[in-house]
Amino acid sequence: MDDLLREFVTETNESLDVVDVELVRFEQDPNNAKILDNIFRLVHTIKGTCGFIGLPRLEALAHAAETLMGKFRDGLPATRDAVTLILATIDRIKTILDSLEKHQREPDGSDADLIAGLERMVEAITAPKGAPVVEAPPLAPARDSEEELERAFRETEAEPPLAKPAAPREPAAADEDGGKAASQSIRVTVDTLEHLMTMVSELVLTRNQLLEIVRRHEDSEFKTPLQRLSNVTAELQEGVMKTRMQPIGNAWQKLPRIVRDLSNELGKQIDLEMQGAETELDRQVLDLIKDPLTHMVRNSADHGLESPAERRAAGKPERGRIRLSAYHEGGHIIVQIADDGRGLNTERIKAKAIAQGLATEAEIDKLTEAQIHKFIFVPGFSTATKITSVSGRGVGMDVVHNNIDQIGGTIDVKSVAGAGLMFTIKIPLTLAIVAALIVEAGGERFAIPQLSVVELVRARAGSEHRIERIKDTTVLRLRDKLLPLARLSALLGGERSADIENGFIVVTQVGSQTFGIVVDAVFHTEEIVVKPLSSKLRHISMFSGNTILGDGAVIMIIDPNGVAQAFGGTVTSQMTAADKRKGGATGVEEEKTSLLVFRAGSSQLKAVPLALITRLEEIDARKIELSNGRHMIQYRGQLMPLVTPSETVRVKAEGAQPLLVFSDGSRSMALVVDEIVDIVEDRLDIQVGSDNPGVLGSAVVKGQATEIVDVGHFLPLAFADWFRRKEQAQQARPRAVLLVDDSPFFRNMLVPVLQAAGYEVTACASGQDALALLDDGAVFDVAVTDIEMPDMDGFAFAEALRAKHAALPVIALSSVVSAESVERGRQVGFHDFVAKFDRQGLIAALKEQTEIGEAA
Amino acid sequence: MMEHASQNLKEYVTAMIGGQLFGLAILRVQDVFVPERLTRVPLAPPEVAGVLNLRGRIVTLIDMRRSLGLEADKVEGQPMAIGVERAGESYGLLIDSVGEVLKLDDATREPNPVNLDPRLARVSLGIHRLEGQLLMVVDVDRVLASGGTAMAA
Repeated sequence: MDDLLREFVTETNESLDVVDVELVRFEQDPNNAKILDNIFRLVHTIKGTCGFIGLPRLEALAHAAETLMGKFRDGLPATRDAVTLILATIDRIKTILDSLEKHQREPDGSDADLIAGLERMVEAITAPKGAPVVEAPPLAPARDSEEELERAFRETEAEPPLAKPAAPREPAAADEDGGKAASQSIRVTVDTLEHLMTMVSELVLTRNQLLEIVRRHEDSEFKTPLQRLSNVTAELQEGVMKTRMQPIGNAWQKLPRIVRDLSNELGKQIDLEMQGAETELDRQVLDLIKDPLTHMVRNSADHGLESPAERRAAGKPERGRIRLSAYHEGGHIIVQIADDGRGLNTERIKAKAIAQGLATEAEIDKLTEAQIHKFIFVPGFSTATKITSVSGRGVGMDVVHNNIDQIGGTIDVKSVAGAGLMFTIKIPLTLAIVAALIVEAGGERFAIPQLSVVELVRARAGSEHRIERIKDTTVLRLRDKLLPLARLSALLGGERSADIENGFIVVTQVGSQTFGIVVDAVFHTEEIVVKPLSSKLRHISMFSGNTILGDGAVIMIIDPNGVAQAFGGTVTSQMTAADKRKGGATGVEEEKTSLLVFRAGSSQLKAVPLALITRLEEIDARKIELSNGRHMIQYRGQLMPLVTPSETVRVKAEGAQPLLVFSDGSRSMALVVDEIVDIVEDRLDIQVGSDNPGVLGSAVVKGQATEIVDVGHFLPLAFADWFRRKEQAQQARPRAVLLVDDSPFFRNMLVPVLQAAGYEVTACASGQDALALLDDGAVFDVAVTDIEMPDMDGFAFAEALRAKHAALPVIALSSVVSAESVERGRQVGFHDFVAKFDRQGLIAALKEQTEIGEAA
Repeated sequence: MMEHASQNLKEYVTAMIGGQLFGLAILRVQDVFVPERLTRVPLAPPEVAGVLNLRGRIVTLIDMRRSLGLEADKVEGQPMAIGVERAGESYGLLIDSVGEVLKLDDATREPNPVNLDPRLARVSLGIHRLEGQLLMVVDVDRVLASGGTAMAA
């Protein structure tokens, strides 16, 4: 009997938990007969079992509650009061069960209050309906239901041992396909789990210590048992980790109801499909994605799906479909939210992006659809022209993007106009355990989450990866990109180490921002258990938490977001601000040019494209020598002439002299400047031309009028034969290049570059001009053309060439190299595709194309 | 004497910090330990000495001398820490040495002198006159709240 009673208590408790949840659902959704049936069955089973075991108090309570619920089943309204009363009854049943568990018998006491209340409620909800007519009808259903109950009761009673286990198992079965809260489980507080986790961590540490001791004693008899202990510990650790995992279905629970309400409100018919609800992830991550997911489903229902009429017109089924799916992939979980609605409105996003100043019309035209769609993740971006009650104002996909960013996830959008929209979210399985790179800085060890680490670079003075300085900031030239650097010890308020040249650079990416964290040493990667910071330390943005390492030491976990913010403050605040404004719209980024801003001769800011500069140097002014009336310096075993950009620039006599070094092959020249101000990334748009040799014109760079320096003008000043030398050395006949670019800046920039490489260059401002030249009989070995040009773009130009001058190879220059444009380029006959500013690439492509010409 | 004393008697763990005797309510004290393998935390408030691993828990160590603005003389011997908890977080209060547990009557506790250093006055619940020295009763919550951003922010 004892066992039977215990089993009864356990099962009834589980059933009651289900009833609790179901009742609340029922109150919200009183038309759902299935829920009601489920509740009814559970309560009935409780009642039946109580009678069987002989628990009169429970039986009476369950019976009264069941009677009231029977009324609901007969179609009478489930009022809030009635549901509240039933919930109170269930609480009482729970109290009695508690006592039953402890004392093996029902506690003394009376439930007359509740039973009377329940009976009164039965009368109350029955009466108003029948009152005007007769007494009989309202009573009849009551009796009917009661009879029905009795019948059901008798049926179950006939086979009591079967009825009992059957009930709890049903919801368990529903579990397997529905992913609902399991009934065959117990509730454990999070605290208990955390405590378990802590104890396991401690066990792991102790195990590690033991292993260390045994390692020193080769033939220890402890070896075998310790190995077993080690395995068991590892398994235990894994098991405890698993307790933190929850099915993602928990985050989806509210969605069916939300979608149901929305479909009513919006007059749309919506099917919600959910796949992979059982996919498990850490409950902490689950909490964080719950809201974004809800938001996206709302969006799909509100904006994505069309009205039934529209859908009919578009030849789609009237019922719209929203599909949620989740699955594991590596250490990540992929969640997709797809609908078969109208998709994103590319034109409207374009217009909005332009209106909000996120990009210019010209820039937008160069973006692919996918790039344009990414604008929806930009803060403050919302395309809904109509503000409905469903989707608010201002808070939109940018918030979703932000939330997902915060947990180290990514979000992508794929839209096909008229066919639907799909968001793909990739998030780490857990935040509690992350792979981290253990590094050392300023004598302390730190953990950097591996998720944001792109690569590691070893920097050494004089090596290929050399750390360079621009005034107070340091940068690393990494594959033709300048990477801003900061020493971790300096970021953490430590002393600025003098030895910045040597160290390990952890190349880190946060959103669209990439930077290098310089550390003293890199040890290894370790799976770390993230523990929250004490409230005394939580304000330090550089840290996201702390952890206990395998060796027992506590170390701080670096927060890459915090470091990124610090970079904003110390390196290039403007760059970060611009990045923030852009958000995830990487398409626009490619349109920007990195410019080195400096002063020389006046307070006027000057700039030169960074890509043209080989190196930035700061040399001791005393090393500058005067030879043949010119300033020279011994640089890497050669004499390097120094050139002043204007007469007002004075070469310093002492102190540090900043130089911009331009090299080509073995030759170098240096431009003498007063001060290097900053490296900025901005659109280069020369607005005012210049007659002044050496200045291409003026542009607005980061809100300030800036002179753009014409490097091509200065190169021959250093070496009169700068442009001639090579051609004589390398080839008898200079190859003739036809350069077509509408931008005077690029023409001016590329001409000297190509000349320096030994080509004879003819520049044209448009495809028409170039064609006219060719028609006049001009002969070229190769043509280099920009793609984005007004009137006749690069594609049209290439097509025109193919018609008339098919032998001329064409190299396309483009700021946006997408698979799409490459394909199109191949069709129209481009021989090669080179990114703008990729000097080496262009020269290599030229060499290749002209040599092919030679061979032919 | 025993009978009526039990009403107002409170037990305190006594600690020496910078030459001054302090008392902490024994109910708040979890344990007393020797801090080992302390990890310094850059950018932390000055009174945070660091964090350490105490049996699998991460404990934030508060340097009581700094927190109370007491002389930072070199301490002879091994410094000790008193483990306390606040809002589910573990803290260690770094002290010079731990003393005996005293039972003191609330009735004999005197208010803070008006000219008490404000840093001490803020955390002091009053003064007990013992034989030969004064004992300041420390409010653990105020110590942990001070300086940190949790309360100030």
